[in-house]
Amino acid sequence: MEGAENAFKVRLSIRTALGDKAYAWDTNEEYLFKAMVAFSMRKVANREKTEISHVLLCNVTQRVSFWFVVTDPSEKHTLPAVEVQEAIRMNRNRINNAFFLNDQTLEFLKIPSTLIPPTDPPVPIWIIIFGVIFCIVIVAIILLILSGIRQRRRKDKGPSEVDDTEDKCENTITIENGIPCDPLDTKGGHVNDAFMTEDERLTPL
Amino acid sequence: MALAPGPDLLGDGSGDERPKWDNKLQYLLSCVGFAVGLGNIWRFPYLCQTYGGGAFLIPYFIALAFEGIPLFHMELAIGQRLRKGSIGVWTTISPYLGGIGLGCFTVSSLIGIYYNTVLTWVLWYLLNSFQNPLPWSACPPDRNLTGFVEECQRSSSVSYFWYRQTLNVTADINDSGSIQWQLLVCLVASWAIVYLCIIRGIETTGKAIYFTALFPYLVLTIFLIRGLTLPGATEGLTYLFTPKMQILQNPRVWLDAATQIFFSLSLGFGGHIAFSSYNPPRNNCKKDAVTIALVNSMTSLYAAIIVFSVLGFKAANDHGRCLDRNILSLINAFDFPDQSISRDDYAAVLAHLNVTQPERVAGLGLESCHLEDFLDKSASGTGLAFIVFTEAILHMPGAPGWAVLFFGMLFTLGLSSMFGNMEAVITPLLDMGVMPRWVPKEVLTGVACLSCFLASIHFTLHSGNYWLEVFDRYAASLNLVIFAFLEVVGIVYIYGMNRFCDDVAWMTGRRPSLYWRVTWKVVSPLLLLTIFVAYIALLARAPPSYRAWNPQYDQFPTQQENVYPGWVQVTCMLLSFLPVLLVPAVALAQLLVRHRRKKKAALQDMHLKPQDSGAC
Repeated sequence: MEGAENAFKVRLSIRTALGDKAYAWDTNEEYLFKAMVAFSMRKVANREKTEISHVLLCNVTQRVSFWFVVTDPSEKHTLPAVEVQEAIRMNRNRINNAFFLNDQTLEFLKIPSTLIPPTDPPVPIWIIIFGVIFCIVIVAIILLILSGIRQRRRKDKGPSEVDDTEDKCENTITIENGIPCDPLDTKGGHVNDAFMTEDERLTPL
Repeated sequence: MALAPGPDLLGDGSGDERPKWDNKLQYLLSCVGFAVGLGNIWRFPYLCQTYGGGAFLIPYFIALAFEGIPLFHMELAIGQRLRKGSIGVWTTISPYLGGIGLGCFTVSSLIGIYYNTVLTWVLWYLLNSFQNPLPWSACPPDRNLTGFVEECQRSSSVSYFWYRQTLNVTADINDSGSIQWQLLVCLVASWAIVYLCIIRGIETTGKAIYFTALFPYLVLTIFLIRGLTLPGATEGLTYLFTPKMQILQNPRVWLDAATQIFFSLSLGFGGHIAFSSYNPPRNNCKKDAVTIALVNSMTSLYAAIIVFSVLGFKAANDHGRCLDRNILSLINAFDFPDQSISRDDYAAVLAHLNVTQPERVAGLGLESCHLEDFLDKSASGTGLAFIVFTEAILHMPGAPGWAVLFFGMLFTLGLSSMFGNMEAVITPLLDMGVMPRWVPKEVLTGVACLSCFLASIHFTLHSGNYWLEVFDRYAASLNLVIFAFLEVVGIVYIYGMNRFCDDVAWMTGRRPSLYWRVTWKVVSPLLLLTIFVAYIALLARAPPSYRAWNPQYDQFPTQQENVYPGWVQVTCMLLSFLPVLLVPAVALAQLLVRHRRKKKAALQDMHLKPQDSGAC
């Protein structure tokens, strides 16, 4: 049967998949395999009468690998490869699970496995993180610009206030050295502190 | 020649308005951050690996002592003394030499434009590292869902992610393609981050530098601990650091060591001049220069240890998988039980089979797996960061965390270098008074960042990677060497060695010793001239070519070697020589201006003379 037209080679790597918990491959496991293949065939239209005895295994090696074919009820002809392939592909997941294996450790050598389609989240993760970082940066820039504007306004106001009070001082008669003219203003100019008393320690001009 | 202004006069004049560093640490960290960049991670370890491991340290430290530290000291001293950016410094030394400053300014702008593109790529990888499994760990399935995308299968998932999903690179530099919008978005973000940090000059840079300069060291230490505990790391370290002394006979080693020191310290940009111009006038710049240069070299060495341990781990991993593939072929062909041959038994079993069934074994097409072959694979630049390291990270437990740390470190390394770059551009503009006084500094930095961003959009095209290589090879290398040479010659021979030594003595309290004077006068200019001549010789040897990623190439995934088309070669020439031509151009312009002024003055004298004689 090996290499026959409708035969498939199967290869199992039980120790790779399960490590210490690997089970031994014996005739019972072969029976389960035949049952799974028959089950898959029964799901195909026109093949609901497939029995376990219609699945034939041969050349079981120590690797564990073997060949199998599925015969029709008359047991004279083997079923076409295309049908068997289709059936196995549709039920691949259940066959894998029956043996605790996956597509890489339970290989059907001529049957390509269907890869899992990539599950793209609706919004890629990088955009979310980018949005967070970008918003923080923009907010920080705006804050810095605003604080810069406020600082500049305070600097502009500061020198102009000093100028106003100096003018007012000059309007009154005396020009003092370093004496703040604010007390003069608040007193409404009635009392001229500069000429008050000799007690005031004022430096003569 | 301008009269020597007394030190006190210069100190008082511009000291009041000029911004200052908050403390000395900010200044040191800024210089260290500017010097320590991506090249310390991905260029120095590659040079060490290619040039005989530990033996490379000999020419490296010789170049550091005779070229790196003297030039660095000179840049810091002249900036601190004249308290201006590069253009101001050179116009002060001599109006005819203003072109040097202008040239440095131009080169810094060109470099700033393409350097931030590399940061964009790092940012893209950083953003993509926050997921498990990492997007570059597996090939995407093709449309039928029966296999993987062919381009990915023939190369590797990591290369595919870099060349196709990140760059979407075309096969030819002529074919520009369209803008890769993901990269454009990341480019906007990285320029926004740069703007945020330099918005008010050193006031904001000084605060940001605490994080951007220190974070890489933290990550490097974490990687060191992780790297040394990985299997295969010690083999990698011993193999890659073992000195192979005979390689020192190759002159190329000495040339590359001198070049590496020069670029590693970021000399010739004008960035260090800008940073030191904000220093107090009496600051020991000699100690600063030696400290920063040594820190830079030690960082390179530190990074090399880490890179080699990770490369050793990767090589051990690849070697193990090579063996596993061979073992699987043997098991499948000879129907041995699953997992019956371990990696240690492989050699014995293969030998036995070769004796008993040599034809069957030969028919299997087994690969030859030697650990040294994997260790010899070297990569530098973007290849190291985005292909080799990303693959190594995939095999570490907790891969996304390591990826985030690694790309975060690369980003902060590049960012602190960008600060120096942009300071080299902005400080001269501020000194020259390009904008009227009432325009706030934020606007000037904003305009600078915006113009650089608009210029760098070109690198987000599908052929952007090829253009970046053009800029890296031709705009940066030759020009910086020439400008550094002109700097040394200008200061030593035109400003005057004695005057310069007096200035240094005034600033540091001690006159420069014989070592400094000899290196400034003779050794460093000679070394720079040799580098320049060697560069020209190497460039002229073959028509400039580049490596293209072409899936249609029959030897794919090896990259196809293409020659640059004519118009690209012309661009390379322009990039290499235009900044240098600024020097004679400005000198000529100054000559003409002076000539015209003299003529005017002479004419005025002639008009005055007859009147005088008449009056008398």
